[in-house]
Amino acid sequence: MNILLVGNPNVGKTSIYNCLTGARARVGNYPGVTVERRYAKLERQVGKETVWVQLTDAPGTYSLVARSAEEQIVIDAILGWGGQEVPHVIIAVVNAAQLNRNLYLVLQLLELRVPVVVALNMMDDAAGQSPTAEQLQEMLGVPCVATNGQTGGGTQQLLDAAIEVARAQKVQLPRLLAHYSKELLSHVDRVAAALPASVPQTVEHKRALALWALMSLEHGDELQHIPEELRLVVSQVRSDYLTTTGPSGEPTDLDLEIVQARYHAIDERLKNYFIGDAHVVTVADRVDRFVLHPFSGGVTFLVAMLVVFQAMFAWADPAISLIEDLVTWLQDSASSLLPPSLLTDLFVQGVLGGVGNVIVFLPQILLLFLLIGLLEDSGYMARVAYLMDRTMKTMGLHGRAFVPLLSGFACAIPAIMATRTLENRRDRLLTMLVVPLMTCSARLPIYSLIIAALFPVQEGSWLPTQGLLLIGMYAFSVVMSLFSAWVLSRTVVRAARMPLILELPPYRLPRLGPTLTMMQARAWSFLREAGTVILAATILLWALLSFPRTEPVATSQDHAGYAAAPPLEDSYGGQIGKAIEPVMRPLGFDWKINTAIIGAFAAREVFVSTLGLIFGMEDLDDDATALRDKIRSERLPNGQPRYTPLMGLSLMVFFALACQCMSTLAVVKRETNSYRWPSFLFVYMTSLAYICSLTIYQLGSALGY
Amino acid sequence: MTLAELPLGQPGRIISIAGATSARRRLLELGLLPQTEVRVVHVAPLGDPLSLRVRNGTLSIRRAEAHHISVVRVEPT
Repeated sequence: MNILLVGNPNVGKTSIYNCLTGARARVGNYPGVTVERRYAKLERQVGKETVWVQLTDAPGTYSLVARSAEEQIVIDAILGWGGQEVPHVIIAVVNAAQLNRNLYLVLQLLELRVPVVVALNMMDDAAGQSPTAEQLQEMLGVPCVATNGQTGGGTQQLLDAAIEVARAQKVQLPRLLAHYSKELLSHVDRVAAALPASVPQTVEHKRALALWALMSLEHGDELQHIPEELRLVVSQVRSDYLTTTGPSGEPTDLDLEIVQARYHAIDERLKNYFIGDAHVVTVADRVDRFVLHPFSGGVTFLVAMLVVFQAMFAWADPAISLIEDLVTWLQDSASSLLPPSLLTDLFVQGVLGGVGNVIVFLPQILLLFLLIGLLEDSGYMARVAYLMDRTMKTMGLHGRAFVPLLSGFACAIPAIMATRTLENRRDRLLTMLVVPLMTCSARLPIYSLIIAALFPVQEGSWLPTQGLLLIGMYAFSVVMSLFSAWVLSRTVVRAARMPLILELPPYRLPRLGPTLTMMQARAWSFLREAGTVILAATILLWALLSFPRTEPVATSQDHAGYAAAPPLEDSYGGQIGKAIEPVMRPLGFDWKINTAIIGAFAAREVFVSTLGLIFGMEDLDDDATALRDKIRSERLPNGQPRYTPLMGLSLMVFFALACQCMSTLAVVKRETNSYRWPSFLFVYMTSLAYICSLTIYQLGSALGY
Repeated sequence: MTLAELPLGQPGRIISIAGATSARRRLLELGLLPQTEVRVVHVAPLGDPLSLRVRNGTLSIRRAEAHHISVVRVEPT
């Protein structure tokens, strides 16, 4: 049977879900949108029988009313629209601390007459002010079970109650109902009559749907599967309504009348509870006075962000090195064990190299999601969004984009995955398109090489040019990210001016269990989805640089009888490098740089090793400094240095901005579920890189550098 | 006055909510209705967003939204 879990954000719905599903949780996608869909299969003993349940966790929402495909997800899931299965029962989670607001959604469910069981979560926290589960059950007319999402208490009883309702198939008679005026109802019935025949034909259900349509359908909404006739009737009814005035003579409107009727009913039921709340200062308020204070809050924030930053940069390092060493060892072992052949090369460099390129991201992904999970669970993440919102908003970004952007300094891949904390699709997309511009750690080896080769320390100069240059590159990337966000938010990814409605959830001690489960789920989905693309890309690039094969080298016994890899110059990759020379020359690049840039598409660090191969290095570890010298001493036919500091600057700027990471594109594709956005990302970033490099090189040349 | 101008901690009562349909609808559905009591419990460092206590729950909205909500002070009885 299918059970759907709904509720407001921050009621503890996810904790309850985790308690019920444990490690069996899976992550998928809702059709057509990039919101992830969580579901799991469980079994439960009911008497002598074993019942199989598929439990789906719907995204948190305040109301079923929707204006976009994403907001439509919950009502679609409840009614089985869009080809989904209709749930047999719905578990609505409410939190004692927000009961008035939470019951608004429950009321909508009751109006629809769908089978409902209510979970009253965290009742103990409400200090005796909240109704008990029995009292709530009396009020609502549907079963209510008290739960504690943090300890797991009541969750089994909740599941049992839900299964019982699903199997009983009895119609529930809700006792919480809004009283709508006769005039309003006559309008509603007009819309109800226009509903498609496929809808269940009970009067109450149709009225509830009509109310939904009246509040949701609007010119310019992005709802899916809405019949045109319905839209016409809604539009007609709305304009007819505008001519009415309210009971007290003041102008009223449809939305207000409907919402007021609903809250009136809720308030009436709850009027004997939560007395004197308005003057209660909660513990969370007290902590927030510190955490959100301009000074102490700022310090707390800096410390927290520093921990995240440091973790992403330093703590993942040992694991990353370990993986890299492991992969290298595997590659060496494999090439010594296997006979020299094309297949061996493919396996060693293509497959093993590719797998290595994928797995190397795991430590940072796991670490970032661990940190984010802990931040979210403790409630602090909402405060981060709250603090950063004002600043981010000026760039068109959302406060919650801060942590993903910050982690972009380590690596864009986990950062892009972390944008899932942004609920709004446009905010998510915008952040995803901007994160790759942050200076990721893969760019560091390139900066180091170029700076060391072409900007040598001057004798007797006190100015730390090398350090300043590096910091400059970081600052440049931040400026460009913010600038792009600003431009993109006004053009391509116009952020709908959605009001920020943010709840500051109560603080609590973060729990390790659910966080670890989430981490593991994310890591798996990364490996499955992005991993395959990265592997494919690595193999492709290996092929470009290894073909066409040349004649066997007669002098080397190892290679006897099998075509050797060509010198890089003659490979397809090299040929492409030469072919695009005319395009890249105005940037100051020659074919060697071009070929290395092509190699860098697999992973940016590959630029260095490819360049090494081009200059004839066999083992880069020993010759690291030698590569620097070789670059510096390359000469043009006329004796001038081929690679000048200006060209070095142009190259660094190119790397700062160009999208050269196949892995990034793979993850963006996976997260947006389309090819459009990774393509756009590639095009806009690379164009930006080209233009900036061009400007710098040409301007610099003109100025005589 | 608007909710944006309501002093910190001062109880107020909402008179009306202006603004574009979709933003207004969201605020209404969250319980910010005429005749509803509201109190600003916190303001973020740069003045934005505001943390409100309304209908026995807490939520935050941007200052821009708060400008659309007109309120009057409620004197403690």
